[in-house]
Amino acid sequence: MYWKNYTILPEQFRNERVFDGCGISGYINIDGKRDYGTKVIDMLCILHDRENGLGAGFAGYGIYPDYKDYYALHFLFDNDPSKEKVLKHLEETGYIIQSEAIPTKTPSNVDHPPITWRVFYEPKEAKSISTDDQIVNLVMQVNERFDGAFIMSSGKNMGVFKGNGWSHEIANYYKIADYKAYMWLAHSRFPTNTPGWWGGAHPFNLLGTSVVHNGEITSYGTNMRYLESFGYKCTLFTDTEVIAYLFDLLVRKHKMPIPIASLALAPPLFDEIYRMEKKHQIALKNIRATYRSAMLNGPFSVVVGYNDTIPTMIGLSDRKKLRPLVAAISEDENTIYLSSEEASFKRLMIDDISSYKFREIWHPKSGTAIIARLGDGLLRNGLEKPFEKLKLSVIGA
Amino acid sequence: MSISHTIPTYFRVNIDRDYCKKCKRCVTHCSYGALSFNGERIVADDSLCVACQRCVAMCPGKAIRVVQNESYLPPHGNYTRRIRNIIWAQSGNGGVLLSATGNDRPIRVIFDDLLLDACQVTNPAIDPLRETIETKIFFGRKPQKLEFTIDEKDPTEISLKTKLMPHFEIDMPIMVGHMSLGSISYNACMAIYQASKELNILAGSGEGGLHPDFYEYGDNIITEVASGRFGVDINYLNKTAGIEIKLGQGAKPGHGGHLPGEKVNNMISQTRMIPKGSDALSPYPHHDIYSIEDLAQLIAALKEATRYRVPIGVKIAAVHNSAPIAVGIVRGGADFLTIDGFRGGTGAAPRIIRDHAGIPIELAIASVDQRLRQEGLRDQVTLVAGGSIRYSADLIKAIALGADVGMVGMPVLIALGCRVCQQCFRGLCSWGIATQQEYLVKRLDIDVARNRIINLFHSWNEELKEVLGAMGIDSVESLRSNRDRLRYIGPNPKIAEILGVKHAGE
Amino acid sequence: MIENLVLSELEKRKAIEIDAAPDGIPLIYQDLNESIHEAIREGYDRIVLNNVCGQRFIAASLQGDLELIINGLPGNDLGIFMDGPKIIVNGNCEDHAGNTMNDGAIMVDGDGGDVIGLSARGGKIYVKADVGYRVGIHIKEYENKYPVLIFGGIARDFLGEYMAGGLIIALGLKFLPDGSIIENEQSICGGELGTGIHRGKIILRTEEDLEPKLGVGAKLFEIAPNTRKEIEPFLREFCEIFNIPYEMIGKKPFKVIKPISKRPFGGNYCGQIV
Repeated sequence: MYWKNYTILPEQFRNERVFDGCGISGYINIDGKRDYGTKVIDMLCILHDRENGLGAGFAGYGIYPDYKDYYALHFLFDNDPSKEKVLKHLEETGYIIQSEAIPTKTPSNVDHPPITWRVFYEPKEAKSISTDDQIVNLVMQVNERFDGAFIMSSGKNMGVFKGNGWSHEIANYYKIADYKAYMWLAHSRFPTNTPGWWGGAHPFNLLGTSVVHNGEITSYGTNMRYLESFGYKCTLFTDTEVIAYLFDLLVRKHKMPIPIASLALAPPLFDEIYRMEKKHQIALKNIRATYRSAMLNGPFSVVVGYNDTIPTMIGLSDRKKLRPLVAAISEDENTIYLSSEEASFKRLMIDDISSYKFREIWHPKSGTAIIARLGDGLLRNGLEKPFEKLKLSVIGA
Repeated sequence: MSISHTIPTYFRVNIDRDYCKKCKRCVTHCSYGALSFNGERIVADDSLCVACQRCVAMCPGKAIRVVQNESYLPPHGNYTRRIRNIIWAQSGNGGVLLSATGNDRPIRVIFDDLLLDACQVTNPAIDPLRETIETKIFFGRKPQKLEFTIDEKDPTEISLKTKLMPHFEIDMPIMVGHMSLGSISYNACMAIYQASKELNILAGSGEGGLHPDFYEYGDNIITEVASGRFGVDINYLNKTAGIEIKLGQGAKPGHGGHLPGEKVNNMISQTRMIPKGSDALSPYPHHDIYSIEDLAQLIAALKEATRYRVPIGVKIAAVHNSAPIAVGIVRGGADFLTIDGFRGGTGAAPRIIRDHAGIPIELAIASVDQRLRQEGLRDQVTLVAGGSIRYSADLIKAIALGADVGMVGMPVLIALGCRVCQQCFRGLCSWGIATQQEYLVKRLDIDVARNRIINLFHSWNEELKEVLGAMGIDSVESLRSNRDRLRYIGPNPKIAEILGVKHAGE
Repeated sequence: MIENLVLSELEKRKAIEIDAAPDGIPLIYQDLNESIHEAIREGYDRIVLNNVCGQRFIAASLQGDLELIINGLPGNDLGIFMDGPKIIVNGNCEDHAGNTMNDGAIMVDGDGGDVIGLSARGGKIYVKADVGYRVGIHIKEYENKYPVLIFGGIARDFLGEYMAGGLIIALGLKFLPDGSIIENEQSICGGELGTGIHRGKIILRTEEDLEPKLGVGAKLFEIAPNTRKEIEPFLREFCEIFNIPYEMIGKKPFKVIKPISKRPFGGNYCGQIV
């Protein structure tokens, strides 16, 4: 069974949201050394019991050093006319630096793939709106209004590769092993009640933010309606989308430090807040009050990649720890790993070529962000109290 | 009035002579004068009976039944008994018909056409008894965003720069609606305020001022500034958790208020700050508000007067164009916004308005929430919705449609003993609730009443947690506006469209 | 300037001057009012505000024995919720002055706007010349609280609407730019006079026939000697403050508007169970 339409959920399923069970993996090299995708493929494919062949995807950061100043738009097209229409629109609104097919395995190892395309792009300068916001508008516009076209990713020096199939099939199809990245995110999917469709696979991306997600957001309606009031359009019928947009809103638009943003998405319980010192109470209560609609509820674990400022990898699970997340650090402390299961790390250890070694493997606390940043290393290990390692001051408190 | 024009009575008081002990307790308890003792036996004047059931409850022999008077009129599906009665009453009296409580017409309740979602498989339900589910709400205005800055030299130095706005916390998303001392008794007010303090929820003062005895409950009271400005002085503004400017009431949108002089006894005089026996009239509009910028002026005046310490809100009745009005109010500086649906209660309102003006609260919540979102304002304000939230199911659905807090009036009074006889405006309430007569007020025991309110809302909150748990949500904040978790099963798809709710099965 | 008249009793006050338009730029009302509060916190009880230009809510909810002298034009809601202080305005004032005032005094050496004294429960509002529409609406009285509104000139429609207590007096004088005072030729009030009044009285110094102007529930009376005596001290005070020769007052008769009944609309409703 396949669907002719890759870029939007088939009509008969649009009223339903996709509920998934999933496997997620990712890692970041602190020194910026770029690895081939083989390592992340191994990490993900070992989690095959978490997928059912209906979707997988990868996000690589640092894969386009030659075009690092341009927005790398990754497209799915149903057919040539929809491609031509979008490319014409891009020509009108900005500068196409390079436009080409995304290299794929030939002959194809997946059934009836769509057209996969990439464009390195720069929007025309506008006075009233930043180029980032122009790209956000472009993504919302193409995904909502351009029939047969879908933007998979839109960041700089990064790209998302995703589709319908088993994780090893998608990896082979996009030749993930040929790309070199300092940060990789990967996802394999177990959707329950709708067919997989190419656009609906993870990672979900907006600008430099990519999200792989395991679980279901029970607060989806609240989050979605909150995001809509800031102009985001939730068109993908899946809850993961809102995580990417919330992250974009809090970190890029509201310029919240990432540890603070993670507190807005998964805040401590009030009981915990009341046990904190006054200053922390004030900050957290205001975070909960102001961002009450941004709070993510229900079971989730996510890995977020981000490169709009300094490239960062973030792991976060729900505050009741209903979905798994394991972290590891390499023996040389240069690589931070996250995964649904420890098996991903074990898989690398038994790799007979590289035999990776780990200094430590640990389980981050529920609702506590683990943050690793290029150049700086492990900023937060996911075991801290909310403001531990931070010097917080509150004006007027 | 000639005998041929008397209105057939609704009720019949049946006294079982075998059980009647002739103790005359029923006569003492009937504040409407329907029962008397003729020297031989208890006799009833059905035309005076309001079916308040006080006699039934108080009869030691259980001898009394108040039943519907079945023998009456030729049936007619269009000229119903009520319509005929209205015509007879008005042709006899020539006046505007008064009524109390909320709209009693059998109009389909939209809440009843909504079904809740629950988790199966893809996410786990949460056991509310054993795991935390939070129902706390921050009441008041929130900034659109918080501004944090990071020190350039030391990235661990983070400061929160946003000037914080006055808001306070309540433990359940519940507010007891505004019922003034005057419309209800001292004992009823006291029970409500004590229960609200105990539960850490909110209670409205109504527009009748605040009796000094209630100052100690001020942290849980929202005082009301209505067009009559009764009892509004600096104490009233200061000893309060928040102030609400009342522009409208669901039971009587576009109508003022009128507490007749005979109800203005010493105590009412003291709290309303008007002379004893003097009418308390609330003008139809606020005469310092003829336009939206004037409302902004009164909001600003109250903020100035309270030196920006407490949130200032505005209450409007749900009317046809509530959504744009709501936007104007929020832009005008309101920290919270209360919408009162067309079924909202009252102590006295013209029946014509109570029964025919306004729109259902369900639709008003949905359209106000949606419009505020379109304008990017929704998350900055607290949205309180009422009229009528009858039980926890309505509260839960109101929140899922977009309300922060449910405003509840009638259920509180029913918990205190109200039998919904709709005669509040007569001041004869035999249960001691909607009356100022001392011998009646005494019937309402404050301690018992307080505990019944506490029990009621405790059970509502537990039921809210049960539903949240079943939905896999551990904080009520994530239910608000989560229309995704509602489905519609009513007959009218247009309603589902306005509510932004899918039909069941979709 | 009213200031000179009351100076003698003010000698013992601690005074401060605040410029409401430093460097020629008017302060926003929040800042002006905050500076008033700051002055009060510092112990000043005589505050002179210069160059006031439309700033609202001046003296909102202030309490105690304070004196504010406003040179300029105070904005809407002057003295709203005020409980005690005395405000002197050297100039006109805008709408809603004395809104829901509990106690204190507002003396305006000029004209007043619309809806002056809305819902005031106590205190005095004296305006030297004319006032606008709906003045004294819903003023009340309570125990020793008795609001008194006096206007030297004329008022417009809806004077004393919903009036629930207190006293409103209009004198019908005209104040010419050269300082002389003459009788005002315009009608002393507009239509719907005292409509909905259910307590208190409106006293107008005029010879005209007020009957056609009466609102619902209002009734016209000739002034009784004891009423005349009752208002005498207020009139003397008013004249003294605004330099009006007291003899002028006696040149025209007073008429009194009082409620027909305490329950003007009692018979309008019917509580029949239907």
